[in-house]
Amino acid sequence: MDGSVHEGAGAQLTTVPTDRRAAREAARRQRARRGAAISIASTIVVLGGLALLITQSKGWPSVKETFFSWDAFKTSFPDILRGFWLDVKLFVSVEIVVLVFGLVVALCRTTRAAALYPVRMLAAVYTDVMRGVPTILLVYLVGFGIPALELPWLPSDPIVLGGIALALSYSAYVAEVYRAGIDSIHPSQQSAALALGLTSAQSMRHVVLPQAVRRVAPPLLNDFISLQKDVALVSILGPLEAFRVAQIFASENFNYTPLIAAALLYIAVTVPLARIVDRMQSRGQVGARGAVR
Amino acid sequence: MRQPVLAVAGVTKAFGEVEVLRGIDLEVQEHQAVALIGASGSGKSTLLRCIDLLEEIDDGDVFLDGEVITDPASDPVAVRRRLGIVFQAFNLFPHLSVLENVVLGPMRAQRVGRAQATEHARELLERFGLGDRADEHPERLSGGQQQRVAIVRALATRPRALLLDEITSALDPELVGEVLGLVRELKGEGMTMLIATHEMGFAREVADEVCFLHAGAIAERGPAEQMFSAPEQPETQQFLRRLLEARRL
Repeated sequence: MDGSVHEGAGAQLTTVPTDRRAAREAARRQRARRGAAISIASTIVVLGGLALLITQSKGWPSVKETFFSWDAFKTSFPDILRGFWLDVKLFVSVEIVVLVFGLVVALCRTTRAAALYPVRMLAAVYTDVMRGVPTILLVYLVGFGIPALELPWLPSDPIVLGGIALALSYSAYVAEVYRAGIDSIHPSQQSAALALGLTSAQSMRHVVLPQAVRRVAPPLLNDFISLQKDVALVSILGPLEAFRVAQIFASENFNYTPLIAAALLYIAVTVPLARIVDRMQSRGQVGARGAVR
Repeated sequence: MRQPVLAVAGVTKAFGEVEVLRGIDLEVQEHQAVALIGASGSGKSTLLRCIDLLEEIDDGDVFLDGEVITDPASDPVAVRRRLGIVFQAFNLFPHLSVLENVVLGPMRAQRVGRAQATEHARELLERFGLGDRADEHPERLSGGQQQRVAIVRALATRPRALLLDEITSALDPELVGEVLGLVRELKGEGMTMLIATHEMGFAREVADEVCFLHAGAIAERGPAEQMFSAPEQPETQQFLRRLLEARRL
């Protein structure tokens, strides 16, 4: 392998270990081939075994008919898709409210001004209560409780009421995410901002918050994904969103395929969001100081 | 005697049980550079943070141009706008570019317009050899460059006096020179400075007066030449001897 023309002092060194290097590369290639073969084989065994187990079970023919009926899928899908459009509109508008209101609650909790003590206390109670109550219960309470007050200026549309319940619940989680982000910014950043003559509000606005929000973007998006699914809880108040429509089809025909169709629609939105979170997190690890840009 | 720019009178500061400063008296005249030397934990950084009102003092007072700034009723934000401080760990804002770091103070604290603040910032960056780095983010800069940006950021607010808190202690040895060179330049221009430092050679060269802090009090003070060649107090002698043994002098 040696004897080829090299230039410079450094190149001469590479002529000696060439054989060793070739052997090492061959070994590495062999390891990679073996690894690929093993992973393919094990995947076939596991998935094939599972498929065999399910399709050979006694109840499979009837499960196949009630959960995976192509005809039922075809007839119900257009209506479910229309229902899902309502889910999308609802979850996007609730998310916007949550991002703003959650930030307000977080800022209330981090304030140290004495005059704002009641605000700070209220914010703490709010996050504790809202995170403690199951979301489905909150949807019930808001959805049936507010109309029962019979105050004409309060909303009565079940979609709006369901949205309010979800916003109340999720703002508490998101407020805690923001607060964790704010706490994670080193106090020396605040010192540096104050030293420039900024007020504490200005240093929060221009120095602490921009860094905090960047740092918590992945967990915020995670909450966004859960909200996207929990929008289905609004169905208990009656609006014809995807899950509700699927449920109606299912009970009319004793066939659960429409529920599978609805599930596929939710997955179609959450999976891309989850991949975005993964990418943000891996970028955050690579980039110095977790700054995501 | 003229009125000093900065005067510290009988300042004490304790963190819980620990008395960090026990009655400090100090004056910095206009265009003067005063160096604070002393072992780690002797109170140098705390004193600078107290002067910039980043820590609240317990007793005594600090005066800026004869006016008391440590009165409990006075507005700390307004005082900080008149002073500049540079930290050991730079504390640049990582989410902002170099230029944005420098214009933040003037624009937000002093209400200077963006165009004017940017012009002044570029001028300063250019002058201190950072002109081509204006649009980079701090993480892309070397430690020495970051600390020079931090100094420029403090200068951009046109401070009455500059407080330097061990600004070369976090730097690799080969990067110390460029930062000290900048401070030397500022001294030449007549900037009033209070400098906490471990760089004795630099203190000797730049400082008009050197104060040796020991256990929260100024154990000895005098002109730089005398402090380093003929210190009088045993604590000062011991401190300098130890540095000599560690080849840091």
